[in-house]
Amino acid sequence: MMRIALWILGALLLGGIVHLSTVLAMPSAANQDAYSRLSERTPVNAVVPLPAASGQDATMPFMDPAFAVAVCRYDLSAGALKLHAPLSQAYTSVTFYTRNSVAYYAINDRAAGRRAIDLDLMTPEQRAQVPEEEDVTAADRLIIESPTQRGLIVLRALAPEPSLMAMARRALANAQCRIEPLPTQ
Amino acid sequence: MRLFLGSCLTFILAAAIGLGATWLTLTRGVAFGALTVGAWTAWPKTGSVDIDPYARATIARTGALPIGAGDGVAFFARTDDAGDALDGRCTFVVSGMTPAARYWTVTLYDAQGRLVANTTDRHGFTSAEVIRDAGGGFAITVAPRARSGNWLPSGGVERFVLVWRLYDTPIGVASLTTKEGPMPAITRKSC
Repeated sequence: MMRIALWILGALLLGGIVHLSTVLAMPSAANQDAYSRLSERTPVNAVVPLPAASGQDATMPFMDPAFAVAVCRYDLSAGALKLHAPLSQAYTSVTFYTRNSVAYYAINDRAAGRRAIDLDLMTPEQRAQVPEEEDVTAADRLIIESPTQRGLIVLRALAPEPSLMAMARRALANAQCRIEPLPTQ
Repeated sequence: MRLFLGSCLTFILAAAIGLGATWLTLTRGVAFGALTVGAWTAWPKTGSVDIDPYARATIARTGALPIGAGDGVAFFARTDDAGDALDGRCTFVVSGMTPAARYWTVTLYDAQGRLVANTTDRHGFTSAEVIRDAGGGFAITVAPRARSGNWLPSGGVERFVLVWRLYDTPIGVASLTTKEGPMPAITRKSC
């Protein structure tokens, strides 16, 4: 009896380890996460509008259909990224996700406070290479550090009414993200 | 022999317990730091780098992109205020007030997070288009067949999910209390 109880206790402990390790391994093992889904239909380092979410063929689950959405799938291995996103009339936001869909930074039109959201995205190593004085002279330059080399930038523009969707899509059509080659030293 | 059999059984049991627990937590969308108001639950930390391992695994499995904490907060409802499951064959009324936010949207999905096809191409409402009464309140009728006023078609699906998204809101960013409410009430009218 005692022996069986010990075996069961061992199984419970091992089961706990199996449970925790599978949960922790899931993000790197998943092949249907947002980044994987988007790599099939978007080029790297370019802003691409996503088709309107409708019915069964949405790119990702739980997308807000009131928003026009564009995605920049980035890879910082060749240099830092410059993002320019014009604001639509209603509400515009830009959210940054790591390769594993963790939202590490988000900014909206009010926080940007201008006609467009302009920022630089770089890895911590690239940030360290930015010359000190350049950092100071461009005080209004917003620099975001990406925890991962690859990731997603999702631009969202609200259409307060369905008839304004075309306007929201037009605003995002002028958004761009491009790689600035590393300065040769 | 007995030792061999015992360890074999233990390993099988351990694998079953471990994988079963993982499957259960990921399909139910377990996450820490839930903020519940009435029938609505939000996980504000899921939109930040403080996301917990369970929420991370869930979004990796489903392919969803959580709303960023600097963007807004998403409240999910899978039951009405009385705790009954949201059934697309029944009629529900969503009414009341919303917390402070520059814009909000409410969207109806099926249990997998897909939009429900309908003839009017209506999947939700935004704060700008919802029809309000004189006091500024509103009532949205979720029903399979057409209703007057704010009609949100449920397409007769067996289970649906309502997601209330607040954009540019102070909620969840600085504070994490359930006193932030009120969130709209969900009441079942007929079935």
